[in-house]
Amino acid sequence: MSDNKINFTIDGKQCIAEEGMDLWKAAMVNGIFIPYFCHLKDVIPAGSCRICTVKVNGRCMAACTTPITKDMNGAVVENETPQLEEMRKMIVELLFVEGNHFCPSCEKSGNCELQAMAYRYKMMVPQFSYNFPLRKVDASTPKIYLDRNRCIQCKKCIRAIKDEQGRSYFAFYKRGNKLEIHIDHELAANMSNELAQTAMDTCPVGAIIRKEKGFDTPIGKRKFDKEPIGTEFLKK
Amino acid sequence: MSKAIVATASLAGCFGCHMSILDIDDKILQLIELVEFNKSPIDDIKEFTKMCDVGLIEGGCCNSENIENLINFRKNCKILISVGECAIMGGLPALRNGIPIKECLDEAYLGGPTTGICNPDKIMPNDEELPMILDKVYPCHEIVKIDYFLPGCPPRAELIWEALTALLTGKEMNLPYEVIKFD
Repeated sequence: MSDNKINFTIDGKQCIAEEGMDLWKAAMVNGIFIPYFCHLKDVIPAGSCRICTVKVNGRCMAACTTPITKDMNGAVVENETPQLEEMRKMIVELLFVEGNHFCPSCEKSGNCELQAMAYRYKMMVPQFSYNFPLRKVDASTPKIYLDRNRCIQCKKCIRAIKDEQGRSYFAFYKRGNKLEIHIDHELAANMSNELAQTAMDTCPVGAIIRKEKGFDTPIGKRKFDKEPIGTEFLKK
Repeated sequence: MSKAIVATASLAGCFGCHMSILDIDDKILQLIELVEFNKSPIDDIKEFTKMCDVGLIEGGCCNSENIENLINFRKNCKILISVGECAIMGGLPALRNGIPIKECLDEAYLGGPTTGICNPDKIMPNDEELPMILDKVYPCHEIVKIDYFLPGCPPRAELIWEALTALLTGKEMNLPYEVIKFD
C-alpha cells in the first residue's frame, strides 16, 4: 500500500482514505454520510455549524475541519452513536428557534437542508422556546434577495460565491448570534443568472432566493420530498 | 369498547388542519366508529359537555380568547395535540412577531393603502367585546402543556389518521418518510 493511504474505522467499518483529505469527505468516499450544513465541496471548510461533529479516538471533532493525517492511522471514529445523534438533533432545534423559519411560506421548502435535517431527526417540535428575532431583508439587488430571517450563519455564500477575480459577493458583519450576512451591491448589480442560481443552491436554507423564480418545483418533486438527506450522496 | 371522545379547536389558524382531518376519505366512516366528537367546529358543539380523551388544537395564540380557549381545552382533555405549524410555532400569523404591536395595528387600520377609503375616521377597533390582541403570536406549548405534535401545513391526513388510531388503539405508528413534512 502506498504511503499516503490511511486506515481507520468509522462506527466499526474499515475505511481507507488519502492523507490530506478532510474526514467528512473521507467518510463519503467510504460510503458513510456525516450530516453537514456549512461544508461545501472544493471550498475551504469553516467548521461553523458543528453538526458534523464526530468522535475521533473519543474526542469531539468537526469532521469537515479534521484532516486525515498519519496520526489517524488506526483511529476509531464514532459517527452515528446515540449521543452524537442527540447532539446533532439539538443543533437543528437550536437553529430552528434562533431564526425565523416559516417553512410553509418559504420558497426553499422541500429543497432546504435545515428542514431535511429536521426530517432526518424526526423533529416534531424544537425543545427550546422560539426567539422570533427581528432581522432585515435586503431585496435591493436585481437578481437575488437576502432574507436574514432564514439565515443559519454558515458563511457558505461568502466562501463560495465569487467573481472571476476572486472577490466575494457576500460578507459578514458582527459575530456570534448577531452575525449578519451582507451583499456587495456594486458587484451584485451585474450578477449573472447562473451565479444567482448557484448562490441560491449553495445556501442550505432559504436566505438567498432568486428573484422572479419563487415556487417553481411542485410539491412531491422537490429534493427532499421523497428521499432523506444524505441518500443523494451515497448513490453516486 | 366505548368510543373515545375527541374535541377540536381552531385558534389563530385557517381551518386548513380541520380540512386535513376531513381529508381521510372513506376512513372517516371508520373514524366515526372509533370516536365521538364533543366541542368542535365539525359538529358545532360550542361548550364541553364532558371530559374528552383527545383534544386537537389547530393554530397558535394571537389574542386573549385563544388563550382562554386553550386553557379550557387543557382542563377538559386528557391528551392535547398541537396539529400543524401554527399550533407548533405560530405559523404565518407569527410573521408579525418581532414587529411592535402598535406598528402592526397602525399599518392595518391607519397607514395601509386602502385604509383612507375604508376607515376615513381613523378608528382603531377598541370595543370591549373584542378579544385583546397579544404582543406576539405564541406557540400552544408555550401557554399550556402539549402532549404530542403533528407538524405540517397542513399535516398530511395520513399523519393525523395514523396518530389518532395509534393513540386510541395502542398500536405502534408506522410512518413513511413522506408523511412528516413542515409544509
